[in-house]
This record gives sequence, structure tokens and C-alpha cells, in this order.
Amino acid sequence: MAKRTVEVELSTTGLDAHGRPQRVPLVTNDGGSALAVEAPPGIEPELEGEHMLINIGPQHPATHGVLRLVLELDGETVVRCIPHIGYLHCGFEKIGEYRQYNQIICWTDREDYLNSIGNNVAFSLGAEKLFGIEITERCKVLRVIASELSRIMSHLVWLGTFCIDIGAYTPFLWAFERREEIYRLLEKWIGARLTTTATRVGGMAADIPSGWMDGLRQFIRTFPHTLDEIDRVLTKNAIWVGRTVGLGVMTPDEAINWGLSGPMLRASGVDYDVRKDFPYLDYETYDFEVPVGTSGDVYDRYLVRFEELRQSVRILQQAADRLPDGPVNIDDPRVILPPKSKATSEMESMIHHFKVVMEGPRPPVGESYFAVESPKGEKGYYMVSDGTAKPVRWRIRPPSFVNLAAIPKMVEGHLLSDVIAINASIDIVMGEIDR
Amino acid sequence: MSRFEIVRTGASATETQPTTPKNIPHRNAPANPSAKALQEKFGGRVTRVEVIWGETVVFIAPESVKEVFQWLHDDPSQRYDFLSDLTAVEYRDPQVPIEIVWHLRSLPYRRFLRIKAQIPKGKPLEIDSVYDIYRAADWLERECYDMFGIKFNGHPDLRRLLMWESYKEGFPLRKDFPLRGRFSRSEQLRQALAQNPEARYSMEELTIADAFDELPADMKKRLSKGERTGE
Amino acid sequence: MGLSTSGEHRTVSYVPESQEGWVATRLDFLVNWARANSLWPMPFGTACCAIEFMATAASDFDLARFGMERMSFSPRQADVLICAGRVPFKLAPILRRIWQQMPQPKWCISMGACASTGGMFDNYAVVQGIDTIIPVDVYVPGCPPRPEGLLYGIRMLQEKVKNERAADVGTRDEMEPDPASQLYIPPSLIDELGEPFGNSVNQTRSGL
Repeated sequence: MAKRTVEVELSTTGLDAHGRPQRVPLVTNDGGSALAVEAPPGIEPELEGEHMLINIGPQHPATHGVLRLVLELDGETVVRCIPHIGYLHCGFEKIGEYRQYNQIICWTDREDYLNSIGNNVAFSLGAEKLFGIEITERCKVLRVIASELSRIMSHLVWLGTFCIDIGAYTPFLWAFERREEIYRLLEKWIGARLTTTATRVGGMAADIPSGWMDGLRQFIRTFPHTLDEIDRVLTKNAIWVGRTVGLGVMTPDEAINWGLSGPMLRASGVDYDVRKDFPYLDYETYDFEVPVGTSGDVYDRYLVRFEELRQSVRILQQAADRLPDGPVNIDDPRVILPPKSKATSEMESMIHHFKVVMEGPRPPVGESYFAVESPKGEKGYYMVSDGTAKPVRWRIRPPSFVNLAAIPKMVEGHLLSDVIAINASIDIVMGEIDR
Repeated sequence: MSRFEIVRTGASATETQPTTPKNIPHRNAPANPSAKALQEKFGGRVTRVEVIWGETVVFIAPESVKEVFQWLHDDPSQRYDFLSDLTAVEYRDPQVPIEIVWHLRSLPYRRFLRIKAQIPKGKPLEIDSVYDIYRAADWLERECYDMFGIKFNGHPDLRRLLMWESYKEGFPLRKDFPLRGRFSRSEQLRQALAQNPEARYSMEELTIADAFDELPADMKKRLSKGERTGE
Repeated sequence: MGLSTSGEHRTVSYVPESQEGWVATRLDFLVNWARANSLWPMPFGTACCAIEFMATAASDFDLARFGMERMSFSPRQADVLICAGRVPFKLAPILRRIWQQMPQPKWCISMGACASTGGMFDNYAVVQGIDTIIPVDVYVPGCPPRPEGLLYGIRMLQEKVKNERAADVGTRDEMEPDPASQLYIPPSLIDELGEPFGNSVNQTRSGL
């Protein structure tokens, strides 16, 4: 076990031993659920009053989408938090029952829109399990590249918006500058920036164009500099540390029981990563490390995600080195379309094309649950087939939905301004939560 | 102070590093050992065990949900401590009963298990909640209630989650619910715009703020009769 | 003023109340020039388009060039509502509330296919175009639109702002449809016209 320690030096006065600004201590009663908030004598004398109910959202810059939090405040301390979601419920799962498997892929883009290409990969892998298809080696490596690029994209948006919430604007600009680079790479490959629809059942929509790997290598070479820059600005910054350390702590047992996954769970000290524990796409053959936090607070989540960015670059490097030649799509006329040139010149290919597009590939009766490690956590697609071309049920297991459900537990007892930091640290995407 | 560590390749796990499964057969792959243990422990209440695409599916009787999950969670040789997902499936064939599906993971043993309970046709859509065992089930059960209308007995706060409280069209993921809803577009819009975005506090919110006393009389009457929203 | 109908021919025409003088038009020009180049957007970002909106605001595309870098997250201080992303029915009253809270003069950009028409979400949950709730000035197509597309939409809105006239108060009236007007279409007829595949209860496209 390799261990890296981040030493934080604090020069600002007025911080306690943990780097937090000094604040009113909180006492939990024996039941563990409700919090008895007592103002200690000397700090807030005579300041007892009625509790106040305030409403954050659905339209609020710090809620990262249309989340609504109703907070009960005692002074400035949150006593209870009631989240309301569903303001972006668009009926993805219902639509999935009316669409063929290849058609659903373009809905997976829009559901966790920060990780769109990663969702494409996850859905295709799930559908391929349902069809009983083994994809080619080149496709596997391309999908690893796609997943890790999208992890970087998602974490960069998280980093930028988290910084804005805490009050730093510059890292947002740096992060989005690098995102534009990934956008350009994706555009060269797929033709779209954000909603990629990059995969198909049994392969990819397109192979990478010639010269694309040079762009990727350029990105791999230069991206760590940006990370170092942001690291220098944030990690040991007294304001940053003061506003993140000790907030929203989840212990390992709590985190597992509340169903947290991804960086949220790992920050609490549980080393559960789907890529390691239930591997897919031959992730066990890549050499990368899983960062695990020690205290499970907002600062640890920041550190874990930051380290994941570096590890993603490592995986990208290895994938770029090992990309084999060969076909991208499998050789299976049940699911794969004939080449366009043949479809427009040969009658048989045209009929084949027509049949695959109009009737759609039919999986055998069965069901599959396929989970991948998305940037937010364990993203699962559960599909049930009754032998027709459209799934009976398409279920998304949304990681940030389950992570967000723990927000009342995390914010209770903290200050109102800390709610913003805790909410940002969960890395929520409302499109995925509400579906 | 030590803030942070990097764990290399799942070092805390005792078993060997798992690998990507290859060439999974459609049926008859080796079953999860927990399925056998469940059958020995619960006998007839485990109605069927299937293996589909390498995933073990255990069908249990709907009455025994709580017992089974408590055992799976606590037994030291199972330790299914992570509830991945909870959902329901309604089939297009109206003869097939609605299924409630739980996906469980055992993080210490790296196992994955799918538990299913079928609610027989004609019975009310009710099943026991696993909220006490897995807190992750909180929103998952609420969502399942919202989308399918399945009641989870024992859930402390079973309200609609994704649709608004006064949503009148029904349960969207049921097969008898049309894709575009039951009402016409203009009626849907009218009903949606008629919600008051500010006044929609749940009963819970009203009581914590001591706002209950200040409500209009008719609303107080409705709420005291057990309705859950203050709309 | 605004739209007026002549009963006979069922046409819509704009009739200026009076001709304005040179000073008034020059003043208009100055005011519009100032307004057009300092639009404060209210980003009502819900989904994917909000990410592209963020990309537009970030360094590569730099919304500050158009005087729009000051995101006004309070509708009370905003000029342009940029509705970026899909709007489900649960969000519809909030969108309308935010529009009502914005002070005049105000404009609205509907960014993306979902906000403009409902896009690929033709189902029970999504509003089929925000123009059923609030008036829209510029529609930006795309799913999501590229930042260049949004910038083009903003330029179009600036053109529109520059051509407005202070004397024309009609454009600022918030009119409810008048059932007596001949332009009025009853909701039942809208349903009939709007859903060529049969109404949503008896739709023909099934899941089979």
C-alpha cells in the first residue's frame, strides 16, 4: 500500500486544530438522529429564538441544477434539511420502453450530461451483456479512452463549479480551457461536443480518425500541468482548507449503509471501486491506483477526485500505448449495420440495413444489470428483455441520486454557508437524479 | 496531519484480484454461493433460483422480505452491506405479476445478488420496506412508489418524490400509463401551472417551523386527517 | 398598442400611434445601444444546455465580449432569461414565476431543442416548448447548441433590442389571450392541432 500524505500548513489565525474556523460546538443526543444545538455561554448569549425555514432553489446558482433544499435554521445552524427533487424529471425510463436498444443510447447522453460518453459506454456494455456479445479488443481500448476522457470532463466541471461555490473563480476558467480541448478531441472523433452518442451495440459509431492519437497524447502530456497549477492554488490554501475541512463527515459504515458510491464512498475510507472490484473492459490489466480518504469530509472528497484526475491520465496513457489494430465493430450481422457504401450499392446489404434499423436487433429473453464506475459512483443499467426489440424495463441506477439522499445527514449541524460546500462536494447532476 | 492515502489495487480485499468476466453463458453459469445458503436457511420461502448472464436471481416470497434481507445483511458469511438498486418491473404480458427487484452487493466478499419478489395478481401492491436495514432504500422506495404505486410498509415518509404531490395522472411507469400521459397537453400544462411553488411544504416541514397553527382552517382540517402535503 | 386585429380580414398589423421626432429616435438609438451591449443574463440552466452555456461563459468563447459576463442569478436584476435545457411540468410554474419577477424591459432566449419544442422528450413529463408558458424572443436550435450557436442567438437578440422603440409600449405589455379576439384558439383546438398522432390517451405508437 503506497501512501501519500498531504501536509496542510495553516497560517491564518482563528482556525481550530482541524483547520476549521472556530464555531459553535454541536451536541448529538443519545438517539443520534436529532441534534440538540446548544449555544455555549459566552459566545452567543441570549440568542435563542424561533427556528426559521428557508428555501434554497430550485433556481439558485449554488444548487447545481434544479434542486430544492428546505432548511430549518437555528440562527445560522442547520437543524434539518429536506431536499425536494424531481424538477428535472423527464421520463427517461418510460421512453426507454418505447425505443430500440441502439436508439436508447442517445438518451443516455442527456441523462448524466457531464459524463455522456461514459454513459454510452456503460449502456452499450449492458446491452451487449443482454445480447451475449463479446466486443473486439480495439473497441475495448477505445471505450476505456472514452470513459476516462469523460471522467476527466466530469471532474473538471465539478472542480470549476465547486471553486465558484467556495468563492474562487480562476480554476473554473482553467478547467474549462482544458475541457474545450477534450471537446475538440471528441468532435474530431464523433462529431459532437457534449451529446456524443458514441457507441453502438457491438462496437462504436466510428473508429478514431488518423492522427487522433497525437491529439490525445498532446493532451496527456499537457494536462498534468493544469492539475499542478490548480493544486498549487487550492490544496494548501487557507481559505479553501478552512471552508472544506471537517464538513459533511460520513463514517465508512454510514457511507455504505446510505448507499454512497464513487468518490463519496472512497473519501470515507472504503476502497470500493467498480473498476477494481467488479472489473469490466479489462480494467484489471491497467495499472492505476484508487485513492481513499481518511476522514470522509468535503476536503477528502476534493482530494480523492483530484487524485482520480491524475489516475485517469495514467490510464489514458496506458490505453494510448496499447491500442491494437483491427476492427472496431464485431462481425455479427444481427446487430451491426453493413458499410454505408455497400448499403447504397447492393440490394442485400440495403435490405439488411433496413431490417436492422427498422426492426432492431432482438436480444434473447433475460435481464442484465451492468454497473460501471462513473465519475459520480456506481452507475448501473438494468435492462429486462422479453425477446422483442425494445426493453420491457430500462432502469438507470443513478449514483448521484443515492448520494444526494444522504445530504440531510451531512448538512445537519453545519452552518448555512457550509451547506453550499457540502452540496457541491456531492457532485450532483440533476439530469441523472431526476431522470 | 495525515489526510489522504492511496490504496493500490484493492489492497484491503483478502481475495485475489477479480478479472473481467468473459463469454458468459445465457443460462447455467455457476450460481452465487449465497443462493444455496438462502435456500438452506429459508427453505420454501425461496421459491426459485435462476442464473441469467452470470447473475444469480433469487425469487423470494413477498412476506419474507424483511427476514431475508436482515439475514443477508447480518450473517457473517454473507454480509450484503451495500444496496445497489431497488426497482420494480412490470411486464407487457398482463398475466405476469409485477416484480420488485433488489440488487445487493457484498463489498467484503465481492458478490452480487439479485433478489426478486413477485406480487401476485389481484393482491394489493404492497411489500415490506427495507429502510431499517439499508438507509439507501429511502429514496429508492419513494421513487418506486412514485413511479409504480407500490406501497412499502414501514417506510417512514412514503411520499411522491419525482412528480409533484398533487399529480393526478397516476403512476407513470405502469404499463397502462400512456407515454404522453393521460391528459391532453393543455390540461397537463394547466394543472402544472396551477401548483403554487412556494406553498408546497410537506407536513414535516410545516410542523418543524411551527407554521401549522398559522394555516388556513380548511387546510388544517385536511392535514389533520392524515394528508401528507400542505398544498 | 401592440397587436391589433381588424375584424374583417383577420390580419394583424402594427399601427404606430404617432410619428416620432428626430430627438426621440436618437434617444432610442442611444438607449438601445446601451441596453444591447450590457444585457444581464439570468441563466435558467436545467440540463445539458447549461453546460454549453457555461462553456460559452468560460474563457474560450468569452461571453464578456458582449457585455454579458455579469450572470444575474436573481431575476430581479436580469434582462435576458436564457432558458437552457428541458423544462418538465414540475418546473413550469417556477419558470413562469421567474419570468414574472424580472423587471421590464426583458427578453427571453430559448436555448436548445428541448426548451424550444420539447425536443426528444415527447412524453408525460416535459413541457413541449417553453413558449407555452412565457414569450420567447430568440430560439437557438441544437441539442445542445454549440457555443457559437448561442453567441449567434445573442447577436440576434442584440439586433432586436437595437430596433426597439421607446414609444412602442405595446411590446412590453404582458397580454393574456382574450377569448373574444379572433386570434384566440381554444385549448381543445390546440390539442387537436398539436397532436397529429391522436391524442395522448389513444395514441397509436405503442411500446410493442
